[in-house]
Amino acid sequence: MTAIKYETRARRPAGHGGGTTLWAGLVLIGLVLLAAVVSVFWTPFDPEGVFSDSILLPPGAKHLLGTDSFGRDVFSSILRGAQISLLVGTVAVGIAAVLGVPFGIVAGMNPGRLDQFMMRGNDISLAFPALLLAIIFGAIFGAGTVTAMVALGIGTAPAFALIARSGTMQIMSREYVQAARASGKSGLFIGLRHVLPNISGMLIVQASVSFGIAVLAEAALSYLGLGTPPPTPSWGRMLQDAQGYLFIEPLLIVWPGIAIAVAVLGFNLLGDGLRDRFDPKMQVKR
Amino acid sequence: MTDSTPTLSVTDLRVGSPFTELLHGISFDIAAGERVGLIGESGSGKSLTATSVMGLLPETLTATGTIRLNGVDADLLSAGERRLNSLRGNTMAMVFQEPMTALNPLMRVGAQVAEIMTVHHTERGRRQARQRAVELLAQVKLPNPAEAALAFPHQLSGGQRQRVMLAMAMANDPQLLLCDEPTTALDVTVQAEVLKLIGNLVTDRGTALLLITHDIAVVAEVCQRVLVMYQGDIVEDGPVGRVLTAPQHPYTQKLIAASDLSSVDDRGRLHTMSMPVVSTPGAAPSSPRPIQADATAALTAPPHRAAHQCLEPDGPPIIFNEATGAPAISVRGLSRQYRRRGGGLFTPAPVVHGLREVSFDVAEGQRFGIVGESGSGKSTLMRILCALDQPTSGTVDVLGQSVDGASERQLREFRSEVQIVFQDPMGSLDPRMRVRDIVAEPLRQVSRAEALVRVEAQLAAVGLDADVMHRHPHQFSGGQRQRISIARALITRPRVLVADEAVSALDVSVRAQVLNLLADLVDEYRLTLVFVSHDLGVIRHLCDTVAVISDGRIVECGPTASVYDRPLHPYTQQLVTATPSMDELARRITS
Repeated sequence: MTAIKYETRARRPAGHGGGTTLWAGLVLIGLVLLAAVVSVFWTPFDPEGVFSDSILLPPGAKHLLGTDSFGRDVFSSILRGAQISLLVGTVAVGIAAVLGVPFGIVAGMNPGRLDQFMMRGNDISLAFPALLLAIIFGAIFGAGTVTAMVALGIGTAPAFALIARSGTMQIMSREYVQAARASGKSGLFIGLRHVLPNISGMLIVQASVSFGIAVLAEAALSYLGLGTPPPTPSWGRMLQDAQGYLFIEPLLIVWPGIAIAVAVLGFNLLGDGLRDRFDPKMQVKR
Repeated sequence: MTDSTPTLSVTDLRVGSPFTELLHGISFDIAAGERVGLIGESGSGKSLTATSVMGLLPETLTATGTIRLNGVDADLLSAGERRLNSLRGNTMAMVFQEPMTALNPLMRVGAQVAEIMTVHHTERGRRQARQRAVELLAQVKLPNPAEAALAFPHQLSGGQRQRVMLAMAMANDPQLLLCDEPTTALDVTVQAEVLKLIGNLVTDRGTALLLITHDIAVVAEVCQRVLVMYQGDIVEDGPVGRVLTAPQHPYTQKLIAASDLSSVDDRGRLHTMSMPVVSTPGAAPSSPRPIQADATAALTAPPHRAAHQCLEPDGPPIIFNEATGAPAISVRGLSRQYRRRGGGLFTPAPVVHGLREVSFDVAEGQRFGIVGESGSGKSTLMRILCALDQPTSGTVDVLGQSVDGASERQLREFRSEVQIVFQDPMGSLDPRMRVRDIVAEPLRQVSRAEALVRVEAQLAAVGLDADVMHRHPHQFSGGQRQRISIARALITRPRVLVADEAVSALDVSVRAQVLNLLADLVDEYRLTLVFVSHDLGVIRHLCDTVAVISDGRIVECGPTASVYDRPLHPYTQQLVTATPSMDELARRITS
């Protein structure tokens, strides 16, 4: 009778787990993506110049979100800034997945000494924050977008390795893997044909969440002056620029803040929504 | 009992999802103290009926009709959550299939039993409740109830956990006890004990019982009356003895015929259920196969006949079924030990003996059954035979190839000669692959075009149309998936087929079809079959020789009929009495 008392009933409609969350995430990401794509072809003003005749204007009909201390249109900068955020996110997550996933699959497919050895190494790198790594890389190789992307990628890889390994271990105990082994299939074949497709759901969820983290980290690095160098607009550096005018034009700090929040929230909601959809535990039993 | 009000009265219960109706207006009464079985195959709606009564239907389903419990003024279907909570565990209680997930793993079982009473205020103090819990655990015949009350669920065996669930269900003397497949997850010998216990408990206390199961034998063991469910309707309702011996509805007739593994038609095949509604589109309902049963049977009749041997308590290890010449499988002194995970921080992990000094032969063309309960080592043995696991000591020769210590390169030939069919029709097929790729997987160095041709031929051989090739596994029923598994195993034309509980997860009707198919294919491909199962009935039907494995040893081995009729080892005797044939069941009920 314990089951009756303790189990809360699933309130999700069967088979459509995470509908609202998923769509909210997709809409927010859609906004960021739209901004990035549009800004490639068109922005209301040039976001990279200096305009001494329009410094620190309040929001108005001409400058939708006002202008900053160099006279640049904030709205244009926000649009263009989406580009760099998405670029850093994509490349960092890509590097992390390429490094972490094969590492995790190999560890998960070889339980015992190799797995232990690889995973202890993974634990050590996991203990090292990605942001700290990016700061160190910036100090060694010089600050810049590429350094930030690579450092964030390497820093996020251990998380992918962990997810890939646990997923792999689950799949390896399935009977279809046993059947493949019984018909003499190689480890490479099993890894590519059976394991990877079946853990892809988890990996996509992880990628979405990591993307949000990478966007946030890029903003943090740019804020610290270790990310995208000027004049390319970046949300993080917009925050830093606005800091000095906090009491003169407080709205300047709000706009890039909202942009970062929308992007990060979007990817996190997408990750949550996808998790609900992929996670078998969330599915209503028939 | 017609004059008194029934304990449970269900009238015109309809349950539907937004898309279809799942229960089509079922009605039944259960009188006070009556033991009723509800039988049906998966998807027939039997569990929906139980969850409707308990008020535990998923919110996506809607129910209409009335469910009344004696002495309760409200209709259970429309009663509020608060009202239902006061009834659940008190006036009506439920026992679930899987006792491990239904118990709280972090709470001592005694406390869980006591809690049921304190929640419903049937025992005032905690101390009295705990004392009463120990008494209840004694009533469900747990050894050392006072100690058992302090155990956590994982420290108990499956049967013991189910006894705890029963103690919890009976704690407040409910009017109605619902059991949903209470013994399906248990071993056969344990199953018999738990069933007897359920029967005794409800009889002693005058509790009405609704027992849900797919197994006719379980109903026959415990119940007085049986309801047969089929596709959301109750198609037959009557005393167990009558339904079992003279079923009236065609579905019940076929269900009982298909459950009976000891009766075959004039072609030596099991009775299958060929009702049009049972077969799903995409597969031929029964595979018409050009086989002269008698001719092939004569050809492949095993030349080797096993001696009936039994392991003495302290006797020397025996080589069972020893074959002359070159046997297909030869196992000598096979042992496999595991290190159990854990132990203490500073004590070494305890060693578990999976297999101990197992020696036997399987002659070419023999159908060799291995029967045993969970934990007996039968799956370990199967894995070693397929070179998926390595023995700790001993030798294994399969088709002249030494399997122990062989490298994957040396096993290349072996891999296409020995194939395996697994139990779980869902887990044995990669959900992300299409059927054509699944079936073609074992093929090596075969062009894509040729592979497709062979896949098509193989699917036809297991009774599936060619158009299933492009679909994914989830689009098939359990029986069809098992056919796909068999097709994959046979595409390399192996000489040895190892089947691990290959029909245990299937419904009775489908089980008969798959067994017939396996029997046909074994004849046609001249396979040496090793069939591992917990079900003596299935083995008796399919195999000519059987080895009984218990606690890592083969305790008895011999021709199936001989072992079944004259079991020598006490364990085998226990096993045989725990799995009665349909004839015996009918005899037991009528006497």
